[in-house]
Amino acid sequence: MAPAWLLAPAAAVFTAFWLLPIARLTAVGAGGPDGIAAYAAVVTNPAYFRSLVSTLLLSAGVTFATLIISGVAGLFLSRNRFPGRGLLSAMLTFPLAFPGVVVGFMVILLAGRQGLIGAITQWAFDENLVFAYSMAGLFLGYLYFSIPRVILTVMAAAEKLDPKLEEAARSLGASPWRVIVDVLVPGLKPALISAGAICFATSMGAFGTAFTLATRINVLPITIYTEFTNYANFATAASLSIVLGVLTWLVLNLARTFAGSTVAAAA
Amino acid sequence: MNRPARFWLQLGFTVFVCLFLVVPVVMSVLAGITENFFIGVKSGFTLRWIGEVWTLYDKTVYLSIGIAVACLAVTLVLGVPAAYALARTQNRWARAFEELLVLPVAVPGLATALALILMYGQLRGFRASWTFILVGHVLFTLPFMVRSVLAVMAAIDLKTIEDAAASLGASFYQRFFQVILPNAKPGILAGSLMVVTLSMGEFNITWMLHTPLTQTLPVGLADSYASMRLEIGSAYTIVFFFMIVPLLVALQWLSDRTMKTA
Amino acid sequence: MTFASESVPIRLESVGKTFPDGTRALEPLGLDIAAGETLVLLGPSGCGKTTLLRIIAGLETPDAGGRVLFDGTDVTALPIERRNVGMVFQSYALFPNMNVSENVGYGLRIRSVDAKDRERKTEELLALVQLEGYGERRIDQLSGGQRQRVALARALAVRPRALLLDEPLTALDAKLREQLRADIDRLLRSLAITSVYVTHDQSEAMALGDRVAVMESGRIAQIGTPREIYFHPRTAFVADFIGAMNRMPLAPGATESLFRPEDTRIVPADGAQFSGTIVSVFFLGDHTRLMVDCGSSQLLTVETTDRREFRQGEPLHLAVAPEALLLL
Repeated sequence: MAPAWLLAPAAAVFTAFWLLPIARLTAVGAGGPDGIAAYAAVVTNPAYFRSLVSTLLLSAGVTFATLIISGVAGLFLSRNRFPGRGLLSAMLTFPLAFPGVVVGFMVILLAGRQGLIGAITQWAFDENLVFAYSMAGLFLGYLYFSIPRVILTVMAAAEKLDPKLEEAARSLGASPWRVIVDVLVPGLKPALISAGAICFATSMGAFGTAFTLATRINVLPITIYTEFTNYANFATAASLSIVLGVLTWLVLNLARTFAGSTVAAAA
Repeated sequence: MNRPARFWLQLGFTVFVCLFLVVPVVMSVLAGITENFFIGVKSGFTLRWIGEVWTLYDKTVYLSIGIAVACLAVTLVLGVPAAYALARTQNRWARAFEELLVLPVAVPGLATALALILMYGQLRGFRASWTFILVGHVLFTLPFMVRSVLAVMAAIDLKTIEDAAASLGASFYQRFFQVILPNAKPGILAGSLMVVTLSMGEFNITWMLHTPLTQTLPVGLADSYASMRLEIGSAYTIVFFFMIVPLLVALQWLSDRTMKTA
Repeated sequence: MTFASESVPIRLESVGKTFPDGTRALEPLGLDIAAGETLVLLGPSGCGKTTLLRIIAGLETPDAGGRVLFDGTDVTALPIERRNVGMVFQSYALFPNMNVSENVGYGLRIRSVDAKDRERKTEELLALVQLEGYGERRIDQLSGGQRQRVALARALAVRPRALLLDEPLTALDAKLREQLRADIDRLLRSLAITSVYVTHDQSEAMALGDRVAVMESGRIAQIGTPREIYFHPRTAFVADFIGAMNRMPLAPGATESLFRPEDTRIVPADGAQFSGTIVSVFFLGDHTRLMVDCGSSQLLTVETTDRREFRQGEPLHLAVAPEALLLL
């Protein structure tokens, strides 16, 4: 039947360049001095564990903040019509395709040594506030690339909500606030959960932004990178990246059970 | 006016978020064309930074464009037939294959890159060539092409149209080129734009796979942010915007158009 | 235009179908369709009628041992591309990337008919389905009824040996459906082409078919002319599926009799076989339908052209002529 051989080229390329290499990576990960235990290293080794925890906390914090910020802004934009609405929408979603490096640069421009925020605090408090090269800067950067994605999802989901549900609530006497709490948020819950999971997974695996801001920030992708390039610790790098890969894939799968098919672009 | 305070509060908040996203972009553009960023706009406008960027990094621009075009060609040849096969086979192997294809996107680019280096890093010629980077890009962008084309094929009830063409005597090749491809065009177009945009901006995989002789635009950007003065980094970013913004606008326009006809 | 020379008789032998997931769509059955005949496959969803049609078309293969013969030649192994049948799909399946003329002429283009010939034949067919001048239109500019006619023209353009229609009118609204039903009926009769028509609408089946095959759970329950099926149903299923059916013992203690609502006469009290009370009245314009409680488990349906106004709760006296009783 025609279909089978049409898949062959894609399948062949995929097997040769991803499946087999990743299998090899998994094997190498277990080939170091610790053997299979290397896969537990992320928990047993204190330095790696700290790295994992920082990454988890950062990602969780970013997800929480993004959901609230994008939720408010996204809902507002999709439910109100006013001149300039299109422009605001476009401006909010335009940074969507910025690679992590560019986002890092944006953070430097805002919070670096010659940054805008520093200039403002200098003028207001005579203190040049610089935080681009710390966790705070990373947090800002992750917010920067997460907000556009989640806003898009929220706006799309808000469009699909059935206005009749709201009308029914209002006919029963619900105030605007109650309508939000009892009808809108529950209606958006699947989209919010899926967008939140994608946000979390992307933050966990993000590399470019952290790399631009400084290689000293202790997040897992940077740790993996350092192990590989500075210490030539292939086995450790391999095992850590497999663990990270599995974690992100698990979280994304959770997202999909709530949203059908959404593919996350890395940052 | 006649809007409640709630409206203005939300509007203010939204505008603030907007500024957070847009102001650094504006700053970056300004910095790239200002004589001296530290002094500010007072120091005058100039194109010398862009000129310097071009002397230092012109090869990265050519390479990025070249890889993006090559990536598009490869994903078209691999992805369109695959999407068709997936659209016609509705069983769980097809589902599983789709899942598999998405893995290089779900999993951090670092892992994919490490795996490639470990497996093929010994092949000197391959390792040092731009094709090594191309492989990474193809792995990352292929699912987007497949998804995009598959979505359109599902929406137009591909199977019945193909049956109709077959009932009129069309062979597989005639059906594929005369009926299936023309009707999958919107998906192919959207997928193409997506692939080119993603390839131009890809960093995570490319950073690990590149060599000093195979630097792409994003890799160059990272280099300039780290080692060059702010004005050069900004000018380089302007060059990047110049290339990517038209693609983004085209993507947005295309998705608006599909919204209207849906 | 006539297809008398192209039309072939179709024969099916021991044709059954089990799908890969285990569903048994068809029990092995045999069927003989005469050249130029219109056979309607009628039944509820899931009865196997569409599967049977697709096997005749060549879109599905029957289980081992099943044979499909066109004019005596075994075509079971032949895929649809080489069977030269015309197929009209429920969703019309018109090609969105081509206009009306290009759609209608597609089969001819595949057969390498030259452009001028193609144009002439396309014009002829568009005239046949009353769509002259629509050649340049795009598919999305057409209404449902127009699309259906383009689908028909396209299927006929290649002068097929048989015309296969899969619920072509189901997607249309009631008024349009009736109109098009008449058009299709006229067309099929004038063309004298072997046709197999699938539908779940029994009035459509009766109107269009030379013969009707009533199907149930993968089997043919009964096959015959519309009159045979309607007046002499052979099983309870067929009796119930075609038209409405009253079931009631006519005398206390007797077995159930089967008779049609329109054969249930309203009579004066002294000539009555049985009586009841009106529960619901439906005035349908040209006739009235009454639901009557006669004391049995089911309400009786009575159809009458009597123009008097009936009332809920009114007593009614009824009789059924002995020749109107159906025997299974």
